Amino acid sequence: MSRDYIAKRIAKEFKNGMYVNLGIGIPTESANYIPEGTQVFLQTENGGLMFGPKPKRGESNPDIANAGAEPITMLPGGAVFDVATSFAMIRGGHIDMTVVGALEVDELGSIASWKIPGKLLTGMGGAMDLLYGCKRVVVAMTHTDKHGNSKIRKKCTLPLTAAGVVDMIITDKAVFRVAEEGLYLEELAPGVTASEVEQLTEATILNIMQWEHVLIT
Amino acid sequence: MAVQITREEAVKKIHNKSSVMIGGFLGAAVPLKMIDAIATARIKDLTVISIGAGYRGGGVDIGKLVLNKQIIKYVTSHVGTDPNLIKQIVNEEVQLELSPMGTFVERIRAGGAGLGAVVTPVGMGTEVEDMAEKIIVDGKPYLLFKPIRADVAVIKAHRCDPLGNLQYKGMSNTSPVMATAADIVIVEVDEMVDVGEIACENIGTPGIFVDYIVKGHSYEERRTIYEELWIATNKL
Repeated sequence: MSRDYIAKRIAKEFKNGMYVNLGIGIPTESANYIPEGTQVFLQTENGGLMFGPKPKRGESNPDIANAGAEPITMLPGGAVFDVATSFAMIRGGHIDMTVVGALEVDELGSIASWKIPGKLLTGMGGAMDLLYGCKRVVVAMTHTDKHGNSKIRKKCTLPLTAAGVVDMIITDKAVFRVAEEGLYLEELAPGVTASEVEQLTEATILNIMQWEHVLIT
Repeated sequence: MAVQITREEAVKKIHNKSSVMIGGFLGAAVPLKMIDAIATARIKDLTVISIGAGYRGGGVDIGKLVLNKQIIKYVTSHVGTDPNLIKQIVNEEVQLELSPMGTFVERIRAGGAGLGAVVTPVGMGTEVEDMAEKIIVDGKPYLLFKPIRADVAVIKAHRCDPLGNLQYKGMSNTSPVMATAADIVIVEVDEMVDVGEIACENIGTPGIFVDYIVKGHSYEERRTIYEELWIATNKL
């Protein structure tokens, strides 16, 4: 349920003509909810622009895949290229928006998503390049971890993927804007109160006073 | 000039302790037959340079070299798809050298293009700072990474003519950049064609970069192999 909600909420950030790179998981699912009449050019870092859904069996191309090595199709007008070209797009500031998952985000816009010392060893892949180079960074994640701890921290405790780059945070509870001076609550998810969000958020919410007693149903 | 040889001859170009670049991306568009040949030949103590580990779950493509414990060093940006490789890294059987993906690719490009370094802002403010030298250019801080080259690059393309000109079928991934950055470049192709059959504007990697050509699976065979893999792993 909350997964769908987050994916649908991400989709509201798609604007006509945007070049977008979506991370694996919920961000990728948001492509199912691109508003009608809005054209979004999806980029995949292994070397594709304007890709579409999975192919039918028997119609795949073994050399057309997404960054998770899963089969995809290319839409008419789509392009394939090598990884150096792909990261010129990404690092060079040609991608309008990236949407990524995270382990932690903090009120300074820093994000931790690639490493848990002693527990998770994967390597950063293309995440650092995407977070540095894309014009707008949206983090989409559950508000708390499986133990109920806030994933929106005053300061990230895990190794950073990038410092001070996040523009927006979308969770199953709320939407935040990350400004230079800190975090602003922008929206509440249906049925969620501001005091609940405040309780579940370790970071300081600068405008929380304006939200007291507001209940969106 | 490029020469067509058998897989058995090609694999003899790779020795114990060789550094080997392998084209492709997390198992997609990799040189399947050459990887099998390296696994069968049990060449050991390899330094493998690849953008990521093999197909998700491990044991497929490059993952076969991991299962055989043929690798002592892995130069990459991502190992998350292969639990066997992660285990060997944690046990210190395999040394890991990480760079962010875009930096990894540029380091190989620099190695092939005669450049002395890659200078990038990516990784500033993270522990990647400890993996590189910090330098200031026009008042802005950057990280300086050294180029990467290899003894042998094993890459994958769709078609090849006798001059070694390569045409790619889909995403060329890391193959074009790796073709420039190794002392010996071996390409595995779906099919051989005559000179002139690949129009000059469709040549993805010019033959100047290619040393040896090896015939791989046909395109149709490869599609069957990948569809079976994708169906077995619920991706198709």
